[in-house]
Amino acid sequence: MPLSNQLKNQHLLWRAAFGPMIENVNQLPDVSQKEMYKILLKTSSEKPFALNVAANSYDGLIKGIQDLGRMQKLTQEQKKQLRKQSVDDIKNLNLAWLNEMINSEAQLREKMSLFWHGHFACRVVNIFFQQQLLTVIRENALGNFGDLLRQVSKSPAMLSFLNNQQNRKQHPNENFAREVMELFTMGRGNYTEEDVKEGARSFTGWGFNLKGEFIQRPFQHDNGNKTFLGKTGNFDGDDVIDIILEQKATAKFITQKIYKFFVNDQVDHHKIESLAEGFYQSNYDLQKLMNEIFLSNWFYDEKNIGIRIKSPVELMVGVRRLIPMELERPEAQLLFQRVLGQVLFYPPNVAGWPGGKNWIDSSALMFRMRLPQLLTNSEEFLIAPKDDDDVMMGKEGVDKMVKPNQLNVNVDWASVVNGFNKINRENLQQRMNDIVLQTKNSINPNILKRYLDNTSRESFIKSSVVELMSTPEYQLC
Amino acid sequence: MLFKRKEFLQIGSLASASLMMPKFLKAFEKTTLVPPGNKVMVVLQFSGGNDGLNTVIPIRNDIYYKSRPKLGIKKDQALQITDEAGLNPALTFFKELFDGGSLGIMNNVGYPNPDRSHFRSMDIWQSASDSNEYVTTGWLGRYLDAQCSGCDKPTQALEIDDVLSLALKGENLKGLALRDPKKLYSTSNERYFKEINAAHDHGEAAADYLYKTLSETLSSADYIYEQSKRHPSSQSYPATQLGKNLKTICSLILSDINTKVYYVSLGSFDTHVNQENQQKRLFTELNDAISAFVKDLKSNNRFEDVAIMTFSEFGRRVAQNASGGTDHGTANNMFFIGGGLKQKGLLNPMSDLSDLNEGDLKYTVDFKSVYATLLHNWLGADDEKILGKKQERMNFI
Repeated sequence: MPLSNQLKNQHLLWRAAFGPMIENVNQLPDVSQKEMYKILLKTSSEKPFALNVAANSYDGLIKGIQDLGRMQKLTQEQKKQLRKQSVDDIKNLNLAWLNEMINSEAQLREKMSLFWHGHFACRVVNIFFQQQLLTVIRENALGNFGDLLRQVSKSPAMLSFLNNQQNRKQHPNENFAREVMELFTMGRGNYTEEDVKEGARSFTGWGFNLKGEFIQRPFQHDNGNKTFLGKTGNFDGDDVIDIILEQKATAKFITQKIYKFFVNDQVDHHKIESLAEGFYQSNYDLQKLMNEIFLSNWFYDEKNIGIRIKSPVELMVGVRRLIPMELERPEAQLLFQRVLGQVLFYPPNVAGWPGGKNWIDSSALMFRMRLPQLLTNSEEFLIAPKDDDDVMMGKEGVDKMVKPNQLNVNVDWASVVNGFNKINRENLQQRMNDIVLQTKNSINPNILKRYLDNTSRESFIKSSVVELMSTPEYQLC
Repeated sequence: MLFKRKEFLQIGSLASASLMMPKFLKAFEKTTLVPPGNKVMVVLQFSGGNDGLNTVIPIRNDIYYKSRPKLGIKKDQALQITDEAGLNPALTFFKELFDGGSLGIMNNVGYPNPDRSHFRSMDIWQSASDSNEYVTTGWLGRYLDAQCSGCDKPTQALEIDDVLSLALKGENLKGLALRDPKKLYSTSNERYFKEINAAHDHGEAAADYLYKTLSETLSSADYIYEQSKRHPSSQSYPATQLGKNLKTICSLILSDINTKVYYVSLGSFDTHVNQENQQKRLFTELNDAISAFVKDLKSNNRFEDVAIMTFSEFGRRVAQNASGGTDHGTANNMFFIGGGLKQKGLLNPMSDLSDLNEGDLKYTVDFKSVYATLLHNWLGADDEKILGKKQERMNFI
């Protein structure tokens, strides 16, 4: 049976965006994928507003540091205060960005940004650094990979996370150079340990000042000749990035990672080769690469649809796009992120979230399947995520005993019901299944029927959406 | 096909489990029984970086007292175990264990190029990786992969928590996290989940993986709950989280459940400020809970079959800081408790405080060696396969 136009559109919306909105329901059967993608491109073409959440009191403190001249002069108490403020502000940045993913029109850009957020994974508890890195990513998410790489490499967030501030002529620190090659560009097997050493020497002196601005410190830089990936010269960090971009391995590595994230975990080597070649020839034009993928026919092959395990963030955002709602305590979403294993701005390490089957274990799956119910019924629930000592900073756990969490959510059911108003009663159950789920196999309608509330059309729609989302199938897109 | 047939040869010992198994799994059911005297390991994680030097105190070391004029624990306060070592005063039961020959202490355990971030260092300990590699599976998860290809339920490794740690995540198999058996039973006891699970027929690989996990969870929830009710512990435990968790673990050890590894955490030991009180509070919780646990095991003649291992992501710096605490350090000590230890007491020399690396201890035992020893000698597993390379094994167990 040929795949329906609607399924293909939803496929595009789940991969190039965060899933269909309830407002899309009536457009999905008719519009073509090409038109849909054109809209996504258009809405993502403008430069994004930078998300800026840093509290004013914190700005004041930072200015205070500059007056003091050196961070070291802060008292223990001031440092603690700064860090606590950063932790709180990063929570706000998390929620602000989540909000963009749910509500922004620039869906493709935000989705690409989430990809890059995992690729350029950075775990530093400093709101200014994190905010600036996110802006770099969101501004370049669909731009040129070379620009993105260079700006990320010069961000205080990454320089401090990967210890390049300590990379000095007399004491080279290889961490930064190694991860740039291993995780950000070429991948293992395409360079030697000698290249890591020589790359690190080239990056000596790269750092940032007290205002968080990138600087090259000439006295820390090693001005000797370096031999890096077969070339010799008095290289600096920019030269090394140029040489890395000259390697076809870089285009291939990035293409493969993009393919795995946006298309299929199981790579098709033939496709990767040809996509990577085009990407390389275009001088790393990301939009062009994404066009190649989303405008192809093969992207819409059955084997690519409904087979990808949503990340916790994609899952939550997806629910909230189809069911508009207001959370009285939006910070509950941070708790969900912690319980499900994906807290924005706190990747497990510089390799990012491994994804795929890694998201799923017994407790995570049970929680995922209960999540739609929790949100829409404002249920109380008992769950305690693990403490993060990097964030807690020695604060004693407030109370180790688990307390119930109360969710107060105002669900806009009227919009949901309204979204389905053109579908008649006989087809309703099937059509709802088709809109909520992307998998080939669906929930047995006879079982489902027993759990649906048939007292009114409205209740039927409400219960259908929630029950369909409370399934293993809904974890896939 | 996602699953190999042999993995399903031993599925499901409970009748109720078969009702919940998806159709595509049902064909391969068979029963397994746990051998009596099942050897069990309990891993107790001290989260936050426990200060090892104030846990096992070098009571005759001048450098220790010079570095910690305020925080150092005086010789006459420490619970002396040897000429040179004393235990933290809150660990009275550990002293009893020591005297009774059921406590082993490994000093100066760590790894090369130590990382001072809690999360990263915990990542390294839990995945048993080198500090410059990123491994997405945990050492106990890989134990499940290697050992349990024929196991039907993820109950071979249980974590008493709401969220599963990396340590218990394997490539193909994962342990199961539960706060307590009853809660797991009630949350998974949704008819809807059971019915859609039972009705699931063979699908795409990813859907099958999710249904396999769901199916295992539902049947494990019933199984664990049934087992936990069988031998309700009569011993009284302290009303702390760790007390409750160890009580749960003991009731499961006393049942016929096939669990080999239990995992539980205590924290936070991140004592940058006011260390004395915080560590004392946590050690009191630890001491009282372990005391009840060991008594419970002994009165049921199971102490010989249980080995408890403690660890923390790092130790702390040798010198105290200006706020009555200590900052993140490197090497640390580990406790081993059990009736089956071959060597007892101090298993190796105390840390050398005269040979430091910028104020930090230099590790002398790689933690992966400890893992290899427990995996091979206690759990009878292929440590080399699980840890990715051959590690030197020791003889303490």
